[in-house]
Amino acid sequence: MLECKALELRQGDFVLSADLQFAPGKVTALIGPSGAGKSTLLGALAGFLAPVSGAVLWDSRDLAYDAPGDRPMSVLFQDNNLFPHLTIAQNVGLALRPNLRLSAADKDRISDVLAQVGLAGFDHRKPAALSGGQQSRAALARVLIADRPIVLLDEPFAALGPGLKDDMLDLVQTQLAAGRRTLIMVTHDPADAKRIADQVVLVADGVAAAPVGTDALFADPPAALVSYLGVGMG
Amino acid sequence: MARSPVAITPFWPGAAAAALVLLLTIGTLAAVAWRAKWDAGLSVADWAAIRFTIVQALVSAGLSVVLAIPVARALARRRFAGRQMLITLLGAPFLLPVIVAVLGLLAVFGRGGMVNNALTGLGFEPISIFGFHGVVLAHVFFNLPLAIRLILQGWLAIPAERFRLAATLNASVWRMLEWPMLRAVAPSTFLVIFLICLTSFAVALTLGGGPRATTVELAIYQALRFDFDLGRAALLACVQFALCVMAAAVVWRISLVDGMGAGLDRVVQRWDTDRPVLDYIFIAAATVFLLLPLSMVVLRGLPGLFDLPTSIWAAALRSVIVAIGSAMLCVAMALALALRGGALVSVIGVLPLAASGLVVGTGAFLIVFPFVRPSDVALIVTMLVNATLALPFALRAVAPAVAAVQSDFGRLAISLNLTGWSWVRIVVLPRVRRPLGFAAGLAAALSMGDLGVITLFAGQAQETLPLAMYRLMGAYRMADAAGAALVLLALSLALFWICDRGGRADA
Repeated sequence: MLECKALELRQGDFVLSADLQFAPGKVTALIGPSGAGKSTLLGALAGFLAPVSGAVLWDSRDLAYDAPGDRPMSVLFQDNNLFPHLTIAQNVGLALRPNLRLSAADKDRISDVLAQVGLAGFDHRKPAALSGGQQSRAALARVLIADRPIVLLDEPFAALGPGLKDDMLDLVQTQLAAGRRTLIMVTHDPADAKRIADQVVLVADGVAAAPVGTDALFADPPAALVSYLGVGMG
Repeated sequence: MARSPVAITPFWPGAAAAALVLLLTIGTLAAVAWRAKWDAGLSVADWAAIRFTIVQALVSAGLSVVLAIPVARALARRRFAGRQMLITLLGAPFLLPVIVAVLGLLAVFGRGGMVNNALTGLGFEPISIFGFHGVVLAHVFFNLPLAIRLILQGWLAIPAERFRLAATLNASVWRMLEWPMLRAVAPSTFLVIFLICLTSFAVALTLGGGPRATTVELAIYQALRFDFDLGRAALLACVQFALCVMAAAVVWRISLVDGMGAGLDRVVQRWDTDRPVLDYIFIAAATVFLLLPLSMVVLRGLPGLFDLPTSIWAAALRSVIVAIGSAMLCVAMALALALRGGALVSVIGVLPLAASGLVVGTGAFLIVFPFVRPSDVALIVTMLVNATLALPFALRAVAPAVAAVQSDFGRLAISLNLTGWSWVRIVVLPRVRRPLGFAAGLAAALSMGDLGVITLFAGQAQETLPLAMYRLMGAYRMADAAGAALVLLALSLALFWICDRGGRADA
């Protein structure tokens, strides 16, 4: 289980505290106004930001000394998830072999995973030859093949149109969440949370609150969520 | 507390590059300061050299800027066929070996040159290109294009909306827009060129000399090569360094505008473009002034090209090897330093700007002299020094590209455990190939044409092509020198072209 224990984060003047647990095998949405610290929290989980105090624990083990690449998690960023000069197969293969010395068996596995996300036969194309949605699928394929127990999504589908975004979220749910992974996604859109999240962490006013079941939260939103969503929503 | 996740690139290449730069700048300076004959003081001749160095640099920089203003203004206002080519050509003198340009200037302004032929034909006294005005002429030839490009950048940086506003107000574009821009741009341009002229050695070597036209660097060369007075050479090197530091301290405040000419193909629509004839006269005059000497190099070089002495071809081969080695080293250092990043690295990256080839060369000479014959290490020292002196330009091209790759893909790579050499090999190198190729070409061309350090070290057997050419000119074998000049010109441009192409070719 992933846990933030008395975690204190600071970036310049900005301070965020978090003391919560992410239920294993569940999808958790981090929701809140922009600038509230959703991406900051995700960055701390991934190991890009060292905490001022407190710890990020994985199965009760402190991750403080694990480099981002050694942590049990994959990350999808807002943009630049693919290297433009590498082929799709190479981009996916980085998760297997960071030095890109891929064996024939590796390449077969990559082709299989690409087929799984609907990109069969795209192995040798460059990202520029793919649509935005297809690029997202390729990045998802890499997360799948990396097969780490935690997946962090930092609004990777924000640039897609609404229809495509929903398709991608469904794909995330069927492919990634089905594998009993712990999924944590940043979003500013309540509809995203309602679509696939089991529980929601509200990030506002310098605090990341303990997770609440999605349905329960939107049925009876706390004050901070109401002020973010606006009157009449929820 | 977690450690901060910055260790994406290997450590030691950046450290090694920094160490080499420090050795060749601060280290050679220390050697020079230690060996300097401080108690001897400066002689009358030394003071004359200091005065000449400063005055010629002031006049050269002033003339370059004053002449560049009308040409830059004309280029900013006019659109004509070949404009972009002309602007590209303005970047060429940077790659042009000094000795080649000097030969071209001699062909136009020298004793038997076109100008003097015309003058004597009309019954006037011939003019001499040697001495003060020759040095200034050559410096203007080299730096006028740079001045034009820097000032043109200033002109094109004025937003198009301002011209529209001035037009609707019927206000004077000159007073409202152009004069304030020039007041900001011209002084920095002047200072950059002043610094370049302060450290230019080859021009003074070929066109100066004698008690009335000796620069400090030329005095260092003579003290070392002719008098073998190491203490005096070291003292003069300290003087030269002080001069450079004073000038560089001023330039430091003004960020050097990059001279690659990106975006200079723009012509802003304006409404005050009467009198086109005058503009075109300025453009034509500048073009003739810059192109005529170069054409003369080609014209005079062609006849002698095929019966050049074999020693020239051997020298050419040596030069190419030194240039390639210097380019590879320079690019490797630039990449290593750019990957490290940080404030210390940017300081190390500009240190060589304040160093001059002759000061570094004198220091290197003092360091190696007790152990080996300087001529034995002439080529390797030249290679090292040329790589270091070209480093600021290479870093200027490479560092922003590396920083962009790091900010775009650094986190992704770290999260994939794609670090160390794999990160450099798989991500950085493919993504910075273009600036890397450009930097390599620049370093190769600069090294190819270098006539500085090599003059302090080389004997007959270590001659590079520029040095061989200089010796041919000294022996008045002008036909051979002209042939060698054409070879040198072609090799310099070819090396630049190959490297730059290599960076652009798509995988």
